[in-house]
Amino acid sequence: MYSKEVIKHFKNPKNMGFMKDPDGVGEIGNPQCGDILKLYIKVKNNKIKDIKFETLGCAVAIAVSSVITEMAKNKTIEQALELTEENIAEKLGGLPQFKMHCSNLAAQALKKAIKNYRKRDLSR
Amino acid sequence: MKKKEIYLDNAATTPVDSAVLKKMQPYFNKKYGNSSSIHKAGDSARKGLDEARQQISTFLNCLSEEIYFTGGATESNNWLIYGVVDKFWENGGKNKPHIIISSIEHKAIIEPAKYLEEKNLVEVTILPVNKQGIVELDEVKKAIKKNTILVSVMYANSEIGSIQPIKQIGELIKKTNQEIVFHTDAVQAINYLNCNVKYLNVDALSISGHKIYGPKGVGALYLKKGIPIAPLIRGGGQEHGLRSGTENIPGIVGLGEAINLVSKNNKDNNRIKTLRNKLITGIMKDIPNVQLNGTLEYRLPNNIHFSFLGIEGEGILIELSEQGIYVSTGSACASHSLKPSHVLSAIGLSDEESHSSVRFTLGRQTSNNDIDYVLNILIKAVNRLRKISGR
Repeated sequence: MYSKEVIKHFKNPKNMGFMKDPDGVGEIGNPQCGDILKLYIKVKNNKIKDIKFETLGCAVAIAVSSVITEMAKNKTIEQALELTEENIAEKLGGLPQFKMHCSNLAAQALKKAIKNYRKRDLSR
Repeated sequence: MKKKEIYLDNAATTPVDSAVLKKMQPYFNKKYGNSSSIHKAGDSARKGLDEARQQISTFLNCLSEEIYFTGGATESNNWLIYGVVDKFWENGGKNKPHIIISSIEHKAIIEPAKYLEEKNLVEVTILPVNKQGIVELDEVKKAIKKNTILVSVMYANSEIGSIQPIKQIGELIKKTNQEIVFHTDAVQAINYLNCNVKYLNVDALSISGHKIYGPKGVGALYLKKGIPIAPLIRGGGQEHGLRSGTENIPGIVGLGEAINLVSKNNKDNNRIKTLRNKLITGIMKDIPNVQLNGTLEYRLPNNIHFSFLGIEGEGILIELSEQGIYVSTGSACASHSLKPSHVLSAIGLSDEESHSSVRFTLGRQTSNNDIDYVLNILIKAVNRLRKISGR
């Protein structure tokens, strides 16, 4: 059903778990299938220094969460904002068409976390 | 070493029993005749066909001429719906007829009914079910109208295993109007329940081969003599002119033998039920935040259906699959439509509860060791996924 990469990330997800005192948080729920994906980021000198996720979802939702944390880590905010659902799917060795919305979910959650960070940053 | 594999998806399909396979084999290349041929090669094929028809009619307690072979239960269900309505109009029906189905039917009943409704050829009433997933007699009574020509209620549900009061519904229908055709999709029931059509008060009943340790691509429809129906497939006039196409003799022979073995394996049902209860008890004892969906009382002896709250059924399925355990889920994530199962919605489960659901269906191959192994792996899988979800 799924690529080796998807299964690898599902079985051994990277950067999984809660983060204390994050600089930004982005949570996205998928109204279609009910998955909930939450990303926490810590930012230093405009770079994503640390990133963690908590996801209630299918194998692909967990795999995209894991892979986006790897892709976003140590990227500048601008680079991170450029990550798309296609980049994520490609990194996972492709996704079945009906699971593409999962990778979109991850991209959206990251954007939301960054937005949240920028808002907090302004109010400091 | 080959990885251990435990198949707990017997409601989806079953392996072909070796005795069934053995009986089918000669019909591929030794008794390969066309049963319509009048030479001896045709005779030997016809013998297989006749014997299978006999085996099935014995099991259902009906006449052998009341059994029609089809390409599977989806065809049986489609044919029954289309055929009865088609014949109604063919026979000079004036006012739009009314048909009744339940909200937890297989798509092979729901989709044809909806199609005819869209074409403005019938009026359809969809019966609700209670929280246990059971059609209540009062609802049937309320739904029957003057123009009702057909009622179709499945015998046992494939997802939550709920057993419907078919005998009582049949009685009610016959008391109200003898002309109404009462059909039951018995695909999941054959292995475990009394399928005597006279006991059940049904006029029509659908059967599938591959759910009863027989081959895929073959099924049957029992249709009481005298019930008016038009063919779905027209051609060479096989099956009394009602289902054309050269008969799938190996498949039909396999179906007959599979049904024959169901009666012989009756005693195994208690063993399966004991194993099922062991897994249910184990899950409830060892995993917090779970709910058993459906009823324990009116439930197929091989069916288990749980919601594991805070995680997602498809995730559990994939995790178990990686460990060689095969189950099923009603989660939207596992369906291309991204909609939760219509059955789970019908019994009032929230989207979240459907989302987190997993079905385990045991079978003849399931052993006591399997149950211990599955419970052990399941506990770990649920714990891990709950850690990931943070719930």
